[in-house]
Amino acid sequence: MNYSPTLMHIPDGFLSLAVALICWAVMVAVVAVAIRKTNHALGQKQVPLMGIMAAFIFAAQMINFPVAGGTSGHLLGGALAAIVLGPWPAVLVMTSVIAVQGLLFQDGGLLVMGANILNMGILTVAVGYGIFRLAANRGKGTRLVVAGLAAWLSVMTAALATSLELWLSGTARLDIVVPAMLFVHTLIGIGEALITVAALTFIMQVRPDILGGESASAKGGIGWAVTGVLIALAVVVISPLASADPDGLERVAEDMGFINTGQAALFNIIPNYTLPFLGPTPLSTILAGVIGMLVVLGIVFMLGRALRKPVGKS
Amino acid sequence: MHSDAFDRYHAGVSLIHRLDPRVKVLVAVGFILTVVLLPDGAWLAFLIAWGFILTASLLSGLGLGFTLRRSFIALPFALAAVTAIFSIPGTALWTWQIGPLELTATTEGLLRFVSIVIRSWLSIQAAILLVAVTQFPDLIHALEHLHVPAMLTTIVAFLYRYLFVLTDEVFRLMRAREARSATLPGQKSGGSLFWRGRIAGNMAGQLFLRSYERSDRIYNAMLARGYTGQLRTLHPHAMTRADWLAGALALTAMLILQIAGRFSL
Repeated sequence: MNYSPTLMHIPDGFLSLAVALICWAVMVAVVAVAIRKTNHALGQKQVPLMGIMAAFIFAAQMINFPVAGGTSGHLLGGALAAIVLGPWPAVLVMTSVIAVQGLLFQDGGLLVMGANILNMGILTVAVGYGIFRLAANRGKGTRLVVAGLAAWLSVMTAALATSLELWLSGTARLDIVVPAMLFVHTLIGIGEALITVAALTFIMQVRPDILGGESASAKGGIGWAVTGVLIALAVVVISPLASADPDGLERVAEDMGFINTGQAALFNIIPNYTLPFLGPTPLSTILAGVIGMLVVLGIVFMLGRALRKPVGKS
Repeated sequence: MHSDAFDRYHAGVSLIHRLDPRVKVLVAVGFILTVVLLPDGAWLAFLIAWGFILTASLLSGLGLGFTLRRSFIALPFALAAVTAIFSIPGTALWTWQIGPLELTATTEGLLRFVSIVIRSWLSIQAAILLVAVTQFPDLIHALEHLHVPAMLTTIVAFLYRYLFVLTDEVFRLMRAREARSATLPGQKSGGSLFWRGRIAGNMAGQLFLRSYERSDRIYNAMLARGYTGQLRTLHPHAMTRADWLAGALALTAMLILQIAGRFSL
Protein backbone atom coordinates (compact mmCIF):
# COMPACT_ATOMS: atom_id res chain seq x y z
CA MET A 1 0.00 0.00 0.00
CA ASN A 2 1.70 3.19 -1.07
CA TYR A 3 -0.30 5.13 1.42
CA SER A 4 1.77 7.90 2.91
CA PRO A 5 0.83 9.50 6.19
CA THR A 6 1.40 13.22 6.22
CA LEU A 7 2.80 15.37 8.97
CA MET A 8 -0.69 16.54 9.72
CA HIS A 9 -2.21 13.45 11.32
CA ILE A 10 -1.48 14.07 15.00
CA PRO A 11 -0.89 10.80 16.91
CA ASP A 12 -2.15 10.21 20.43
CA GLY A 13 0.04 11.58 23.17
CA PHE A 14 1.04 14.74 21.36
CA LEU A 15 -1.85 16.88 22.52
CA SER A 16 -2.76 17.63 26.10
CA LEU A 17 -6.14 16.40 27.26
CA ALA A 18 -7.51 19.95 27.49
CA VAL A 19 -6.67 20.79 23.89
CA ALA A 20 -7.89 17.41 22.66
CA LEU A 21 -11.23 17.79 24.46
CA ILE A 22 -11.80 21.35 23.25
CA CYS A 23 -11.18 20.20 19.67
CA TRP A 24 -13.58 17.28 20.17
CA ALA A 25 -16.26 19.66 21.44
CA VAL A 26 -15.90 22.03 18.48
CA MET A 27 -15.78 19.14 16.03
CA VAL A 28 -18.88 17.42 17.48
CA ALA A 29 -20.84 20.68 17.30
CA VAL A 30 -19.91 21.33 13.67
CA VAL A 31 -20.54 17.73 12.58
CA ALA A 32 -23.94 17.76 14.33
CA VAL A 33 -24.95 20.82 12.32
CA ALA A 34 -23.56 19.21 9.15
CA ILE A 35 -25.68 16.10 9.72
CA ARG A 36 -28.82 18.16 10.28
CA LYS A 37 -28.22 20.35 7.22
CA THR A 38 -27.40 17.41 4.97
CA ASN A 39 -30.38 15.41 6.17
CA HIS A 40 -32.60 18.38 5.59
CA ALA A 41 -31.34 19.29 2.15
CA LEU A 42 -30.91 15.86 0.63
CA GLY A 43 -32.71 12.58 0.92
CA GLN A 44 -31.45 9.12 1.75
CA LYS A 45 -29.84 8.96 -1.68
CA GLN A 46 -27.15 11.18 -0.31
CA VAL A 47 -25.78 8.61 2.13
CA PRO A 48 -24.48 6.09 -0.43
CA LEU A 49 -23.19 8.99 -2.53
CA MET A 50 -21.27 10.46 0.40
CA GLY A 51 -19.95 7.04 1.36
CA ILE A 52 -18.51 6.51 -2.12
CA MET A 53 -17.21 10.07 -2.15
CA ALA A 54 -15.42 9.41 1.13
CA ALA A 55 -13.84 6.34 -0.45
CA PHE A 56 -12.96 8.54 -3.44
CA ILE A 57 -11.13 11.10 -1.26
CA PHE A 58 -9.31 8.28 0.52
CA ALA A 59 -8.27 6.69 -2.78
CA ALA A 60 -7.44 10.03 -4.39
CA GLN A 61 -4.98 10.70 -1.58
CA MET A 62 -2.94 7.81 -2.98
CA ILE A 63 -2.50 9.50 -6.36
CA ASN A 64 0.86 11.18 -6.23
CA PHE A 65 3.24 12.83 -8.60
CA PRO A 66 6.99 13.24 -8.25
CA VAL A 67 8.01 16.74 -7.20
CA ALA A 68 11.72 16.87 -6.55
CA GLY A 69 14.34 15.06 -4.55
CA GLY A 70 12.25 11.96 -3.94
CA THR A 71 9.33 13.87 -2.46
CA SER A 72 5.94 13.62 -4.04
CA GLY A 73 2.89 15.82 -4.10
CA HIS A 74 -0.48 14.45 -3.21
CA LEU A 75 -3.96 15.47 -2.30
CA LEU A 76 -5.55 16.21 1.06
CA GLY A 77 -8.89 16.73 -0.61
CA GLY A 78 -10.80 19.02 1.75
CA ALA A 79 -11.10 21.87 -0.72
CA LEU A 80 -11.90 19.59 -3.67
CA ALA A 81 -14.61 17.79 -1.69
CA ALA A 82 -16.12 21.10 -0.56
CA ILE A 83 -16.21 22.50 -4.09
CA VAL A 84 -17.78 19.47 -5.77
CA LEU A 85 -20.08 18.30 -2.96
CA GLY A 86 -20.90 21.51 -1.11
CA PRO A 87 -19.57 22.38 2.34
CA TRP A 88 -21.81 20.43 4.71
CA PRO A 89 -21.62 17.08 2.90
CA ALA A 90 -17.89 17.67 2.51
CA VAL A 91 -17.51 18.03 6.28
CA LEU A 92 -19.18 14.63 6.73
CA VAL A 93 -17.11 13.03 4.00
CA MET A 94 -13.80 14.35 5.38
CA THR A 95 -14.81 13.40 8.93
CA SER A 96 -15.39 9.81 7.82
CA VAL A 97 -12.11 9.69 5.91
CA ILE A 98 -10.08 10.92 8.88
CA ALA A 99 -11.99 8.64 11.28
CA VAL A 100 -11.14 5.59 9.17
CA GLN A 101 -7.52 6.66 8.79
CA GLY A 102 -7.25 6.89 12.56
CA LEU A 103 -9.23 3.74 13.36
CA LEU A 104 -7.98 1.40 10.68
CA PHE A 105 -4.48 2.66 9.86
CA GLN A 106 -3.49 4.35 13.12
CA ASP A 107 -2.79 7.39 11.00
CA GLY A 108 -3.76 9.94 13.60
CA GLY A 109 -4.76 9.05 17.15
CA LEU A 110 -8.13 8.21 18.68
CA LEU A 111 -8.13 10.64 21.58
CA VAL A 112 -6.90 13.45 19.32
CA MET A 113 -9.25 12.55 16.47
CA GLY A 114 -11.32 15.64 17.26
CA ALA A 115 -8.31 17.82 16.54
CA ASN A 116 -7.43 15.95 13.34
CA ILE A 117 -10.98 16.23 12.03
CA LEU A 118 -11.11 19.89 13.00
CA ASN A 119 -7.83 20.64 11.18
CA MET A 120 -8.17 18.53 8.07
CA GLY A 121 -11.92 18.02 7.79
CA ILE A 122 -13.55 21.21 8.96
CA LEU A 123 -11.03 24.03 8.55
CA THR A 124 -9.96 22.88 5.07
CA VAL A 125 -13.60 22.72 3.98
CA ALA A 126 -14.47 26.09 5.51
CA VAL A 127 -11.51 27.87 3.93
CA GLY A 128 -11.62 25.92 0.67
CA TYR A 129 -15.31 26.46 0.12
CA GLY A 130 -15.46 29.96 1.61
CA ILE A 131 -12.75 31.34 -0.67
CA PHE A 132 -14.15 29.51 -3.70
CA ARG A 133 -17.60 30.89 -2.92
CA LEU A 134 -16.24 34.43 -3.52
CA ALA A 135 -15.97 33.63 -7.23
CA ALA A 136 -19.33 31.87 -7.45
CA ASN A 137 -20.77 33.84 -10.34
CA ARG A 138 -17.56 34.61 -12.21
CA GLY A 139 -16.19 33.10 -15.38
CA LYS A 140 -14.61 29.69 -15.57
CA GLY A 141 -11.02 30.95 -15.55
CA THR A 142 -11.50 33.12 -12.46
CA ARG A 143 -13.26 30.30 -10.64
CA LEU A 144 -10.39 27.91 -11.35
CA VAL A 145 -7.74 30.36 -10.19
CA VAL A 146 -9.69 31.11 -7.04
CA ALA A 147 -10.16 27.36 -6.49
CA GLY A 148 -6.38 26.92 -6.61
CA LEU A 149 -5.88 29.70 -4.11
CA ALA A 150 -8.58 28.20 -1.90
CA ALA A 151 -6.91 24.78 -1.98
CA TRP A 152 -3.50 26.23 -1.10
CA LEU A 153 -4.95 28.31 1.75
CA SER A 154 -6.88 25.33 3.10
CA VAL A 155 -3.65 23.37 3.50
CA MET A 156 -1.90 26.31 5.16
CA THR A 157 -4.82 26.76 7.56
CA ALA A 158 -4.70 23.11 8.57
CA ALA A 159 -0.93 23.29 9.06
CA LEU A 160 -1.19 26.39 11.21
CA ALA A 161 -4.01 24.92 13.31
CA THR A 162 -1.96 21.76 13.84
CA SER A 163 1.08 23.69 15.02
CA LEU A 164 -0.96 25.92 17.31
CA GLU A 165 -2.56 22.88 18.93
CA LEU A 166 0.85 21.30 19.46
CA TRP A 167 2.13 24.50 21.01
CA LEU A 168 -0.89 24.91 23.30
CA SER A 169 -0.33 21.34 24.47
CA GLY A 170 3.21 22.15 25.47
CA THR A 171 4.54 19.71 22.89
CA ALA A 172 6.30 22.11 20.56
CA ARG A 173 7.95 25.48 20.66
CA LEU A 174 5.93 28.16 18.92
CA ASP A 175 8.68 30.00 17.09
CA ILE A 176 10.03 26.78 15.59
CA VAL A 177 6.97 24.69 14.89
CA VAL A 178 4.93 27.37 13.11
CA PRO A 179 7.56 28.43 10.54
CA ALA A 180 8.63 24.82 9.97
CA MET A 181 5.11 23.51 9.44
CA LEU A 182 4.12 26.47 7.26
CA PHE A 183 7.26 26.16 5.13
CA VAL A 184 6.75 22.44 4.48
CA HIS A 185 3.08 22.95 3.71
CA THR A 186 3.69 25.88 1.36
CA LEU A 187 5.07 23.26 -1.02
CA ILE A 188 2.50 20.61 -0.17
CA GLY A 189 -0.18 23.26 -0.70
CA ILE A 190 1.09 23.95 -4.22
CA GLY A 191 0.66 20.28 -5.03
CA GLU A 192 -2.82 20.41 -3.55
CA ALA A 193 -3.70 23.49 -5.61
CA LEU A 194 -2.38 21.94 -8.85
CA ILE A 195 -4.32 18.71 -8.41
CA THR A 196 -7.50 20.47 -7.28
CA VAL A 197 -7.52 22.87 -10.24
CA ALA A 198 -6.71 20.14 -12.76
CA ALA A 199 -9.38 17.84 -11.34
CA LEU A 200 -11.97 20.64 -11.45
CA THR A 201 -11.02 21.52 -15.03
CA PHE A 202 -11.42 17.89 -16.00
CA ILE A 203 -14.81 17.56 -14.29
CA MET A 204 -16.03 20.84 -15.85
CA GLN A 205 -15.12 19.53 -19.30
CA VAL A 206 -16.55 16.04 -18.96
CA ARG A 207 -19.53 16.50 -16.67
CA PRO A 208 -20.35 20.21 -16.44
CA ASP A 209 -23.73 19.32 -14.95
CA ILE A 210 -22.19 18.15 -11.66
CA LEU A 211 -20.55 21.49 -10.94
CA GLY A 212 -22.86 23.74 -12.94
CA GLY A 213 -26.28 22.68 -11.73
CA GLU A 214 -25.72 23.90 -8.22
CA SER A 215 -28.65 22.91 -6.08
CA ALA A 216 -28.55 25.98 -3.88
CA SER A 217 -29.94 24.20 -0.86
CA ALA A 218 -27.13 21.67 -0.79
CA LYS A 219 -24.39 24.22 -1.24
CA GLY A 220 -23.60 26.91 1.23
CA GLY A 221 -24.73 30.49 1.37
CA ILE A 222 -22.77 33.69 1.67
CA GLY A 223 -22.04 32.86 5.31
CA TRP A 224 -19.42 30.40 4.07
CA ALA A 225 -17.62 33.09 2.15
CA VAL A 226 -17.47 35.24 5.28
CA THR A 227 -16.28 32.34 7.46
CA GLY A 228 -13.68 31.30 4.90
CA VAL A 229 -12.30 34.80 4.50
CA LEU A 230 -12.21 35.37 8.26
CA ILE A 231 -10.28 32.14 8.90
CA ALA A 232 -7.89 32.92 6.05
CA LEU A 233 -7.35 36.39 7.49
CA ALA A 234 -6.63 34.88 10.90
CA VAL A 235 -4.02 32.63 9.27
CA VAL A 236 -2.42 35.59 7.53
CA VAL A 237 -2.29 37.56 10.79
CA ILE A 238 -1.20 34.77 13.15
CA SER A 239 1.47 33.14 10.97
CA PRO A 240 4.00 36.02 10.89
CA LEU A 241 3.13 36.90 14.48
CA ALA A 242 3.92 33.41 15.68
CA SER A 243 7.26 33.35 13.88
CA ALA A 244 8.42 36.89 14.52
CA ASP A 245 6.88 37.70 17.86
CA PRO A 246 6.18 34.44 19.68
CA ASP A 247 6.11 36.23 23.02
CA GLY A 248 3.03 38.12 21.94
CA LEU A 249 1.06 34.95 21.26
CA GLU A 250 2.42 33.26 24.36
CA ARG A 251 1.19 36.23 26.31
CA VAL A 252 -2.31 35.99 24.85
CA ALA A 253 -2.47 32.29 25.57
CA GLU A 254 -1.22 32.86 29.08
CA ASP A 255 -3.81 35.56 29.70
CA MET A 256 -6.49 33.21 28.47
CA GLY A 257 -5.19 30.60 30.91
CA PHE A 258 -4.25 28.15 28.18
CA ILE A 259 -0.55 27.65 28.68
CA ASN A 260 -0.75 26.50 32.27
CA THR A 261 -3.57 24.05 31.68
CA GLY A 262 -1.79 22.79 28.63
CA GLN A 263 1.61 22.29 30.10
CA ALA A 264 1.21 21.11 33.61
CA ALA A 265 -2.10 20.72 35.31
CA LEU A 266 -3.79 18.23 33.08
CA PHE A 267 -1.04 15.71 33.33
CA ASN A 268 -1.74 15.67 37.05
CA ILE A 269 -5.45 15.28 37.54
CA ILE A 270 -5.26 14.06 41.08
CA PRO A 271 -1.73 14.65 42.37
CA ASN A 272 -1.50 13.81 46.07
CA TYR A 273 -5.25 13.47 46.32
CA THR A 274 -5.99 17.07 45.49
CA LEU A 275 -7.63 18.48 42.42
CA PRO A 276 -5.55 21.18 40.75
CA PHE A 277 -8.34 23.67 40.12
CA LEU A 278 -9.48 23.59 43.74
CA GLY A 279 -6.05 23.85 45.28
CA PRO A 280 -4.98 22.03 48.46
CA THR A 281 -8.26 22.51 50.31
CA PRO A 282 -10.19 19.84 52.22
CA LEU A 283 -12.91 20.02 49.57
CA SER A 284 -10.36 19.07 46.96
CA THR A 285 -9.22 16.02 48.90
CA ILE A 286 -12.83 14.96 49.41
CA LEU A 287 -13.58 15.29 45.69
CA ALA A 288 -10.48 13.33 44.78
CA GLY A 289 -11.64 10.63 47.15
CA VAL A 290 -15.09 10.65 45.57
CA ILE A 291 -13.61 10.20 42.09
CA GLY A 292 -11.51 7.29 43.36
CA MET A 293 -14.60 5.75 44.93
CA LEU A 294 -16.56 6.12 41.71
CA VAL A 295 -13.87 4.26 39.82
CA VAL A 296 -13.88 1.46 42.39
CA LEU A 297 -17.69 1.38 42.26
CA GLY A 298 -17.49 1.05 38.51
CA ILE A 299 -15.18 -1.92 38.86
CA VAL A 300 -17.46 -3.55 41.42
CA PHE A 301 -20.50 -2.91 39.22
CA MET A 302 -18.85 -4.57 36.24
CA LEU A 303 -17.71 -7.49 38.36
CA GLY A 304 -21.29 -7.81 39.60
CA ARG A 305 -22.59 -7.97 36.04
CA ALA A 306 -19.89 -10.50 35.24
CA LEU A 307 -20.81 -12.78 38.12
CA ARG A 308 -24.55 -12.44 37.67
CA LYS A 309 -26.39 -15.46 36.41
CA PRO A 310 -27.08 -15.06 32.71
CA VAL A 311 -30.71 -14.25 31.97
CA GLY A 312 -32.48 -16.78 29.77
CA LYS A 313 -30.52 -19.39 27.94
CA SER A 314 -26.85 -18.81 27.56
CA MET B 1 -7.58 -6.53 -5.04
CA HIS B 2 -9.38 -8.51 -2.39
CA SER B 3 -12.09 -6.95 -0.30
CA ASP B 4 -10.09 -7.30 2.90
CA ALA B 5 -6.87 -5.85 1.44
CA PHE B 6 -6.95 -3.01 3.92
CA ASP B 7 -7.98 -5.04 6.90
CA ARG B 8 -5.77 -5.03 9.92
CA TYR B 9 -7.86 -7.80 11.42
CA HIS B 10 -6.07 -10.96 12.42
CA ALA B 11 -8.57 -13.77 12.55
CA GLY B 12 -8.25 -15.88 15.64
CA VAL B 13 -10.12 -17.65 18.35
CA SER B 14 -9.29 -16.10 21.67
CA LEU B 15 -10.89 -14.58 24.71
CA ILE B 16 -10.14 -11.14 23.40
CA HIS B 17 -11.43 -11.80 19.88
CA ARG B 18 -14.72 -12.93 21.40
CA LEU B 19 -15.26 -9.83 23.54
CA ASP B 20 -18.04 -7.43 22.64
CA PRO B 21 -16.63 -4.77 20.30
CA ARG B 22 -18.09 -2.03 22.51
CA VAL B 23 -15.93 -3.22 25.40
CA LYS B 24 -12.89 -3.33 23.17
CA VAL B 25 -13.45 0.20 21.84
CA LEU B 26 -14.05 1.64 25.30
CA VAL B 27 -11.10 -0.19 26.84
CA ALA B 28 -8.76 0.94 24.05
CA VAL B 29 -9.85 4.58 24.32
CA GLY B 30 -9.77 4.39 28.13
CA PHE B 31 -6.28 2.94 28.04
CA ILE B 32 -5.05 5.71 25.73
CA LEU B 33 -6.68 8.28 28.01
CA THR B 34 -4.93 6.74 31.02
CA VAL B 35 -1.57 6.73 29.28
CA VAL B 36 -1.94 10.33 28.13
CA LEU B 37 -2.76 11.36 31.70
CA LEU B 38 0.41 9.80 33.14
CA PRO B 39 2.87 12.45 34.31
CA ASP B 40 6.22 13.02 32.60
CA GLY B 41 8.86 10.52 33.57
CA ALA B 42 6.51 7.94 35.12
CA TRP B 43 8.83 5.20 33.91
CA LEU B 44 7.39 2.44 36.09
CA ALA B 45 3.85 3.20 34.90
CA PHE B 46 5.00 3.29 31.26
CA LEU B 47 6.62 -0.10 31.75
CA ILE B 48 3.49 -1.55 33.37
CA ALA B 49 1.35 -0.11 30.55
CA TRP B 50 3.54 -1.84 28.00
CA GLY B 51 3.24 -5.00 30.07
CA PHE B 52 -0.54 -4.76 29.78
CA ILE B 53 -0.29 -4.40 26.00
CA LEU B 54 2.02 -7.39 25.76
CA THR B 55 -0.32 -9.44 27.96
CA ALA B 56 -3.26 -8.53 25.75
CA SER B 57 -1.31 -9.46 22.59
CA LEU B 58 -0.36 -12.81 24.12
CA LEU B 59 -3.94 -13.47 25.24
CA SER B 60 -5.22 -12.77 21.74
CA GLY B 61 -2.67 -15.12 20.24
CA LEU B 62 -0.87 -12.45 18.23
CA GLY B 63 2.54 -12.99 19.77
CA LEU B 64 4.75 -10.60 21.69
CA GLY B 65 6.27 -8.67 18.82
CA PHE B 66 3.03 -8.01 16.99
CA THR B 67 2.22 -4.49 18.16
CA LEU B 68 5.88 -3.55 18.20
CA ARG B 69 6.33 -4.14 14.49
CA ARG B 70 3.78 -1.57 13.37
CA SER B 71 4.20 0.85 16.23
CA PHE B 72 6.76 3.14 14.65
CA ILE B 73 4.35 4.73 12.19
CA ALA B 74 4.02 7.88 14.29
CA LEU B 75 7.75 8.30 14.77
CA PRO B 76 8.10 11.00 12.08
CA PHE B 77 5.71 13.09 14.10
CA ALA B 78 8.18 13.06 16.99
CA LEU B 79 10.06 15.68 14.97
CA ALA B 80 7.42 18.21 15.96
CA ALA B 81 7.89 17.37 19.63
CA VAL B 82 11.69 17.71 19.49
CA THR B 83 11.16 21.42 20.04
CA ALA B 84 9.73 20.61 23.46
CA ILE B 85 13.33 19.97 24.56
CA PHE B 86 14.03 23.66 24.14
CA SER B 87 10.73 25.10 25.22
CA ILE B 88 10.58 24.31 28.92
CA PRO B 89 12.60 26.33 31.40
CA GLY B 90 14.82 24.34 33.73
CA THR B 91 18.35 23.08 34.23
CA ALA B 92 20.28 23.88 31.07
CA LEU B 93 22.01 21.00 29.31
CA TRP B 94 23.45 22.63 26.23
CA THR B 95 22.78 25.65 24.03
CA TRP B 96 22.66 26.01 20.29
CA GLN B 97 22.80 29.24 18.41
CA ILE B 98 20.98 28.99 15.09
CA GLY B 99 20.74 32.38 13.47
CA PRO B 100 18.65 34.58 15.71
CA LEU B 101 17.35 31.57 17.63
CA GLU B 102 18.99 30.59 20.87
CA LEU B 103 18.02 27.06 21.78
CA THR B 104 18.68 25.92 25.29
CA ALA B 105 18.04 22.28 25.96
CA THR B 106 16.89 21.58 29.50
CA THR B 107 16.61 18.40 31.53
CA GLU B 108 12.93 19.12 31.98
CA GLY B 109 12.46 19.61 28.25
CA LEU B 110 14.25 16.36 27.45
CA LEU B 111 12.11 14.56 30.01
CA ARG B 112 8.96 16.00 28.43
CA PHE B 113 10.08 15.00 24.93
CA VAL B 114 10.91 11.41 25.87
CA SER B 115 7.65 11.10 27.81
CA ILE B 116 5.58 12.40 24.89
CA VAL B 117 7.16 9.92 22.51
CA ILE B 118 6.63 7.01 24.93
CA ARG B 119 3.01 7.97 25.61
CA SER B 120 2.33 8.21 21.90
CA TRP B 121 4.09 4.90 21.23
CA LEU B 122 2.01 3.12 23.88
CA SER B 123 -1.23 4.66 22.59
CA ILE B 124 -0.54 3.54 19.05
CA GLN B 125 0.06 -0.01 20.19
CA ALA B 126 -3.32 0.00 21.91
CA ALA B 127 -4.98 1.20 18.70
CA ILE B 128 -3.13 -1.42 16.64
CA LEU B 129 -4.30 -4.11 19.02
CA LEU B 130 -7.90 -2.89 18.84
CA VAL B 131 -8.20 -3.27 15.06
CA ALA B 132 -6.19 -6.49 15.05
CA VAL B 133 -8.75 -8.26 17.25
CA THR B 134 -11.95 -6.56 16.02
CA GLN B 135 -13.46 -6.87 12.56
CA PHE B 136 -14.03 -3.46 11.09
CA PRO B 137 -17.80 -3.92 10.48
CA ASP B 138 -18.11 -4.92 14.14
CA LEU B 139 -16.18 -1.82 15.10
CA ILE B 140 -18.57 0.36 13.11
CA HIS B 141 -21.50 -1.39 14.71
CA ALA B 142 -20.03 -0.79 18.15
CA LEU B 143 -19.69 2.92 17.36
CA GLU B 144 -23.37 2.94 16.44
CA HIS B 145 -24.22 1.44 19.84
CA LEU B 146 -22.07 4.12 21.42
CA HIS B 147 -24.34 6.75 19.86
CA VAL B 148 -22.20 7.90 16.97
CA PRO B 149 -24.82 9.30 14.53
CA ALA B 150 -26.14 6.70 12.08
CA MET B 151 -25.37 8.94 9.14
CA LEU B 152 -21.65 8.96 9.98
CA THR B 153 -21.42 5.24 10.68
CA THR B 154 -23.23 4.50 7.42
CA ILE B 155 -20.85 6.72 5.46
CA VAL B 156 -17.92 4.99 7.16
CA ALA B 157 -19.42 1.60 6.32
CA PHE B 158 -19.70 2.57 2.66
CA LEU B 159 -16.20 4.00 2.72
CA TYR B 160 -14.88 0.73 4.05
CA ARG B 161 -16.91 -1.32 1.56
CA TYR B 162 -15.79 0.59 -1.54
CA LEU B 163 -12.31 1.66 -0.53
CA PHE B 164 -10.67 -1.35 -2.13
CA VAL B 165 -12.77 -0.98 -5.29
CA LEU B 166 -11.66 2.61 -5.76
CA THR B 167 -8.09 1.74 -4.79
CA ASP B 168 -8.15 -0.75 -7.63
CA GLU B 169 -9.23 2.13 -9.89
CA VAL B 170 -6.33 4.23 -8.61
CA PHE B 171 -3.86 1.44 -9.32
CA ARG B 172 -5.28 1.03 -12.83
CA LEU B 173 -4.91 4.77 -13.44
CA MET B 174 -1.36 4.77 -12.08
CA ARG B 175 -0.43 1.70 -14.14
CA ALA B 176 -1.77 3.42 -17.24
CA ARG B 177 0.32 6.49 -16.45
CA GLU B 178 3.43 4.34 -15.90
CA ALA B 179 2.81 2.53 -19.17
CA ARG B 180 2.65 5.80 -21.07
CA SER B 181 5.61 7.40 -19.31
CA ALA B 182 8.51 5.31 -20.51
CA THR B 183 11.97 6.69 -19.79
CA LEU B 184 14.61 6.23 -22.46
CA PRO B 185 18.15 5.95 -21.14
CA GLY B 186 19.95 9.26 -21.36
CA GLN B 187 16.85 11.23 -22.19
CA LYS B 188 14.83 13.47 -19.97
CA SER B 189 11.30 12.23 -19.50
CA GLY B 190 8.13 13.70 -18.15
CA GLY B 191 7.09 17.31 -18.35
CA SER B 192 7.44 20.21 -15.97
CA LEU B 193 6.16 20.16 -12.41
CA PHE B 194 2.96 21.83 -13.57
CA TRP B 195 2.49 19.24 -16.27
CA ARG B 196 2.92 16.42 -13.79
CA GLY B 197 0.56 18.10 -11.35
CA ARG B 198 -2.03 18.49 -14.09
CA ILE B 199 -1.79 14.81 -15.02
CA ALA B 200 -2.28 13.82 -11.37
CA GLY B 201 -5.23 16.21 -11.23
CA ASN B 202 -6.79 14.70 -14.33
CA MET B 203 -6.44 11.30 -12.72
CA ALA B 204 -8.19 12.58 -9.60
CA GLY B 205 -10.95 14.07 -11.77
CA GLN B 206 -11.35 10.83 -13.66
CA LEU B 207 -11.47 8.91 -10.40
CA PHE B 208 -14.11 11.31 -9.12
CA LEU B 209 -16.35 10.80 -12.14
CA ARG B 210 -15.99 7.04 -12.02
CA SER B 211 -16.85 7.08 -8.31
CA TYR B 212 -19.75 9.45 -8.83
CA GLU B 213 -21.29 7.34 -11.54
CA ARG B 214 -20.64 4.17 -9.59
CA SER B 215 -22.50 5.59 -6.58
CA ASP B 216 -25.55 6.11 -8.82
CA ARG B 217 -25.49 2.48 -9.92
CA ILE B 218 -24.97 1.31 -6.35
CA TYR B 219 -27.87 3.37 -5.09
CA ASN B 220 -30.19 2.04 -7.78
CA ALA B 221 -29.13 -1.52 -7.03
CA MET B 222 -29.75 -0.94 -3.33
CA LEU B 223 -33.19 0.51 -3.98
CA ALA B 224 -34.00 -2.51 -6.11
CA ARG B 225 -33.15 -4.71 -3.15
CA GLY B 226 -35.34 -2.80 -0.72
CA TYR B 227 -33.00 -0.22 0.80
CA THR B 228 -34.91 2.10 3.13
CA GLY B 229 -32.07 4.24 4.36
CA GLN B 230 -31.04 1.89 7.16
CA LEU B 231 -28.34 -0.71 7.26
CA ARG B 232 -29.09 -3.88 9.20
CA THR B 233 -26.77 -6.30 10.91
CA LEU B 234 -26.86 -10.02 11.46
CA HIS B 235 -24.73 -9.71 14.59
CA PRO B 236 -26.75 -8.11 17.32
CA HIS B 237 -24.23 -7.54 20.07
CA ALA B 238 -25.06 -8.48 23.61
CA MET B 239 -22.92 -7.95 26.67
CA THR B 240 -22.05 -11.22 28.37
CA ARG B 241 -20.54 -12.09 31.70
CA ALA B 242 -17.05 -12.22 30.16
CA ASP B 243 -17.49 -8.72 28.71
CA TRP B 244 -18.32 -7.18 32.08
CA LEU B 245 -15.45 -9.06 33.69
CA ALA B 246 -13.04 -7.81 31.02
CA GLY B 247 -14.29 -4.28 31.51
CA ALA B 248 -13.73 -4.51 35.26
CA LEU B 249 -10.25 -5.94 34.77
CA ALA B 250 -9.33 -3.20 32.32
CA LEU B 251 -10.60 -0.47 34.64
CA THR B 252 -8.54 -2.00 37.48
CA ALA B 253 -5.50 -2.03 35.23
CA MET B 254 -5.98 1.65 34.42
CA LEU B 255 -6.31 2.44 38.12
CA ILE B 256 -3.08 0.58 38.83
CA LEU B 257 -1.37 2.56 36.08
CA GLN B 258 -2.46 5.88 37.53
CA ILE B 259 -1.38 4.87 41.03
CA ALA B 260 1.96 3.61 39.78
CA GLY B 261 2.45 6.79 37.79
CA ARG B 262 1.81 9.11 40.68
CA PHE B 263 3.03 7.57 43.89
CA SER B 264 6.05 5.42 43.19
CA LEU B 265 8.30 7.99 41.60
